[in-house]
Amino acid sequence: MIVMLMRRILLGFITVCLVSIIIFSGIEMLPGDACTQYLGEYQADKELLEQCRKDLDLNRPAHERFREWAGGAMTGDLGMAVDGKTKISTIVGDRVKNSLLLAFCAMLVGIPLALILGIITGLWRDRMPDLVISTLAIFAMTIPEFVSATLLILVFSIWLGWLPGIVLTSASAPISEFFPEILLPVIVLSLVMCAHIMRMVRSSVIDVMSSDYVQMATLKGVPYWQMVFRHALPNALLPAINVVALTIAWLLGGVVVIEVVFNYPGLGRLMIDAISDRDLPVVQSIALIVASIYVCVNLAADLLTMLANPKLRTVYTRK
Amino acid sequence: MAQAITHQFEKNRALTVLKDLVSRPSGAIGLSLVMFHLVLAIISPYIAPYDYKLQNSYLMLSAPDAVHWLGADHLGRDVFSRTLMGGREALLVTGIATPLAVIWGGFIGILFGLVGGRLDEVLMRVVDAFLSLPWILKMLVIIVTFGSGTAVLIPTLAFFYGVPVIRIARAATHDVIARDFVWSAKARGHSRISIIWRELLPNVLDALMVEGAMRWSWMLLAFSSLSFLGFGVSPPTPDWGLMISDARGFMSFAPWGVIGPVIALSSLIIGINLTADALAKALGIDRAQKAPV
Amino acid sequence: MSSSSFIDIQNLSVGYTSRSQKIIKVLRDVSLTINRGESVGLVGESGSGKSTLALAAMGYFKRGLRALNGSVHFNNINMLGLDHDELQKIRGGNLALIPQNSGQSLTPTMRIGRQIAEALRLHSDLSQTAFDDRIIEILSQVRLPNPAALINRYPHELSGGQQQRVAIAMALAGQPDALLLDEPTTGLDVTTQAHILELLRDLARDRNMAMLYVSHDLGAISRVCDNVVVMYAGEVVLTGSSRQTLLAPKHPYAHGLLTSIPRLKQKELPVALDGRPPMPGEAITGCAFADRCALADDQCRTTSPPLTRLESAESIRCFHHDKIDQLATSSQKVKQRKAARKDTGETTLGLEDLAITYAKSGFLTQFLSNSPPPPATVDNININIEKGETLGLVGESGSGKSTILKTIAGLISPKNGGIILNQDTKLTAKVEDRPSMNLRQIQMIFQNPDDSLNPRHTVAQILAQPLRLYFQLSGKDLHDRSVKLLEQVRLGEHYLSRLPSQLSGGEKQRVAIARAFAAEPEIVLCDEVTSALDVSVQAAVLDLLNVLKKERGTTYIFVSHDLAVVKAISDRVAVLYQGRLCEIGPSDAVYQAPFHPYTDVLLGAVLEPDPDTAPTLSADDVVELSPPAKGCPFQRRCPKKLGEICENQTPPAQTSIQASNQGHVIHCHIPLKELH
Repeated sequence: MIVMLMRRILLGFITVCLVSIIIFSGIEMLPGDACTQYLGEYQADKELLEQCRKDLDLNRPAHERFREWAGGAMTGDLGMAVDGKTKISTIVGDRVKNSLLLAFCAMLVGIPLALILGIITGLWRDRMPDLVISTLAIFAMTIPEFVSATLLILVFSIWLGWLPGIVLTSASAPISEFFPEILLPVIVLSLVMCAHIMRMVRSSVIDVMSSDYVQMATLKGVPYWQMVFRHALPNALLPAINVVALTIAWLLGGVVVIEVVFNYPGLGRLMIDAISDRDLPVVQSIALIVASIYVCVNLAADLLTMLANPKLRTVYTRK
Repeated sequence: MAQAITHQFEKNRALTVLKDLVSRPSGAIGLSLVMFHLVLAIISPYIAPYDYKLQNSYLMLSAPDAVHWLGADHLGRDVFSRTLMGGREALLVTGIATPLAVIWGGFIGILFGLVGGRLDEVLMRVVDAFLSLPWILKMLVIIVTFGSGTAVLIPTLAFFYGVPVIRIARAATHDVIARDFVWSAKARGHSRISIIWRELLPNVLDALMVEGAMRWSWMLLAFSSLSFLGFGVSPPTPDWGLMISDARGFMSFAPWGVIGPVIALSSLIIGINLTADALAKALGIDRAQKAPV
Repeated sequence: MSSSSFIDIQNLSVGYTSRSQKIIKVLRDVSLTINRGESVGLVGESGSGKSTLALAAMGYFKRGLRALNGSVHFNNINMLGLDHDELQKIRGGNLALIPQNSGQSLTPTMRIGRQIAEALRLHSDLSQTAFDDRIIEILSQVRLPNPAALINRYPHELSGGQQQRVAIAMALAGQPDALLLDEPTTGLDVTTQAHILELLRDLARDRNMAMLYVSHDLGAISRVCDNVVVMYAGEVVLTGSSRQTLLAPKHPYAHGLLTSIPRLKQKELPVALDGRPPMPGEAITGCAFADRCALADDQCRTTSPPLTRLESAESIRCFHHDKIDQLATSSQKVKQRKAARKDTGETTLGLEDLAITYAKSGFLTQFLSNSPPPPATVDNININIEKGETLGLVGESGSGKSTILKTIAGLISPKNGGIILNQDTKLTAKVEDRPSMNLRQIQMIFQNPDDSLNPRHTVAQILAQPLRLYFQLSGKDLHDRSVKLLEQVRLGEHYLSRLPSQLSGGEKQRVAIARAFAAEPEIVLCDEVTSALDVSVQAAVLDLLNVLKKERGTTYIFVSHDLAVVKAISDRVAVLYQGRLCEIGPSDAVYQAPFHPYTDVLLGAVLEPDPDTAPTLSADDVVELSPPAKGCPFQRRCPKKLGEICENQTPPAQTSIQASNQGHVIHCHIPLKELH
């Protein structure tokens, strides 16, 4: 098991390294560099361009700069924004905190709800509760987020006036000030993630309920609910861990559209602002952060699965 | 041991699957929604009551009435006509990009799944690395640099949405490859191409078809999200995402502006998803098991 | 309604509603009674509804199935009238089930101890302190070694035989008066199966339990059951005592079933039962067996025969049971002799010092774990196969027999050693590097035709592949050749347009055989080709292989775990254990003393459908994961182990001196004359 664990961690690390290479070389491959992009039509001004390149240290060969950037990133130093004055880590720090807050709230609502609904629909498969919930889930999952967000704002903010439809708090404000503004974005996000996870849990429950061991548990006289909780669910929920991880990674990776719709000061909006401003160093940094989060969350899910699944936990596995 | 399954004779599989698809309520509804949108996209320029570009300042943000069924937008353009035509660009771009994505992703996935070994390991790490970056970041960097024309969007969408297909195709290949008929073909000495084409592809195709349908709906989602954010279709071309974005600002006093495009866009994406669901069931694949990457 | 029988099923019909709203019956008016302490065997081929009937006795129906009419009483309780909670009190308590595949029937996330404790808690009122002792007591009753350690294990950490014992222990926890056994030994190795059956026999006798033993294996049934019920197409066709049914079956189907079983004492191939049983839902007029019956007349085809009770206390569903003797004499003539081998002395395939390592750990794992490589999976195989002979390879799972076949086919690369074709061509390890000519000469038939035929290809496409590849046939030539091939495997031209899913198991295997013979091979590798098939179909496939060999002089390498099947078809037999050769020789010689100790253990464990034979169990049924690093491969289980010499020295090859047993070699330290 230690070997498997090390293997996973090593693979995760390799992935992060690959991502940083892809990001860096991807940006390098774009026509022009951070400065020509940033200055746009002003790049004709040779002096301005030179100054900018000096500020950003763009005159050295790519591999040297990559080594420096990657080395800095490991110690938490992400370099300077394209204006040459602001440290990227300070801009990004608050945004990461805000994105975490949003993701955490959405998870708090979405995951338990998804598990409960998934189990209910799985157990009552093809009957009334399943049909209703599953149909609703398809709607929640497929309607674009900006559409459902828009509709929710229309109903709860404009018509009913219950909740604020837009976040006006600044990025560096303390967590408490984000309430109740954060509620509508949280509702939209948890609906979407809930639908995804629920469908997965449902099909997993259905699979397990038709397994030989559930039939055996029934035929050995185990009462229904005891069978569900002891025999079926521990097995049915194992594969859910990975899907939950993917949705969490998606949440943490900056939910750009939602953040734009609600004007929420998270990583996603920073990303879109940086892209609009053509601030390539910031874009690079965000990409690296988001990718690392993705890898870490998936790694955590793998480890959790390994711990929860006796087949992976015990060493002497038969084929 | 007796099993409660009907013994069905599949003479013409495509036909059987289609029949099964249509016999399910979700399939019937989904397929008709998709067909409706496709037909509409083709004929809308001929049936739209007004020119989508025509601005009329008297009509600015006017409410729906008998003449302008869905009212007019902030520039006084007829919302109904714009809604009718708002899906054309999206369907054109995604309609071309989806097959491209499935083909290149599917081919690479099957090939590396078959070859296996260290090369396959390396490829999977690269795929992982690609997937760990949010789609919107990848798309936006390209769009900001090269513009958002059709010629940019189609290859870009096809490329980025083909990457996850590699994973699906590879997993499906791994399932098939362990089966004896592939061993048997190998033992007879068939070439690798022949094994991919004759043995693997027909069996992986089901998974790829369902995957393709899903990719399509996600691409549409991406396309309209980009338009919504202002990075997609350029005005005055009508597009649902852009229309919703424009009308949002006036939602407090002219909420009708969002209704048309919201219904149109949602019904198309729901239609595709219902079809994909029913298709997966008809083919005997469980779609919900897959993670939404 | 009250009745004297312990388990009493009357006129039960079970079915499901198809998508076209038709009611498809899986069981048709089945009656079955079992008294206290009586053990009844329920026999039938796949699809006969026997498992459904067993589960129905517990008031349980698989999803979609339901009882259409009839009654099920257990201990005078109407099982079909109880609600779920009431049923759960009986299930696993007074009436317990031992499932078919215990590997999948034990909950993977629960420790063994907890699963048994759960059954105990539900069906007994033991105090907490007595609990742990009781669990260990039950585990030792099913003869599991070291039960105290086993409690904390998960199901996947146990071998198949151990899992089956745990399942039995779980059933015993409820102190049942009646046991339902659903194919409890299917898929287990020969020795394990024999051990489990002896255990069940002893348990039933000691506790006076009633048993319903469902199996397709008449050998197992003859060992365990007093009475036998034979099912066909959802109906009971014959009931009687084991002795009557197995020695002198009165129903033509039971008769056919028994003659199709290969036996160790028999020199001939078993007689096949032609045709296939009707599918559930297929329209049946008259007797369901009429199409396959030699005695059938017009009456059989129009009127359904009733179940009649004979003076001999048997019940039978046949108009012509008095004419069964005709069947016996007529079938005698059809008995196929093994195709005589022309003794050319010409070696067609030579295996020289073949060694294969199967499991190769990945680069990272190797790097991180730093463990020494395990001993080779297959080692030191030297066999010369003569032209036109059939070499049988026997052994339990893990003996490396299929691995050797795959290596010959080029699908696995050997660690060292060579494969020599026709005395002059050394075949390259990888199939990609072999010339097309050599590939054509060696063809392989796989175990499971469901897996070896591409589900998306029609029979025509399947047969076209080798024909195009090796002979560049196309158009009419291709079609004619395909039709001819189908004819040779006794299938009509209309099969060309079928997909594998439209064929029965036997038909699929015939197509797979036709595909192999399309290449006009010299050597055909048969990997457990009959083990996925029903007995009657198995006999037909063996017969077909035999005929093809007669016509073409093909060389077979025939791998099987079934000693009787191997005996029936092989000229020469090699016995393998843990990838090492134990014994090789002419098949008559191998099946006679002197035996290698392992051959002796294997033969002792074979169950024959004959109530007068009993297996002898001389070795434990331990499953070994890897061969020992040195010495004799069988050292850890050998009942005749001499001592250190077996652990340290590779056993010598001892050649039999008798002239009739030419080429009989036993690898053992014990002198030949003591190996009896």
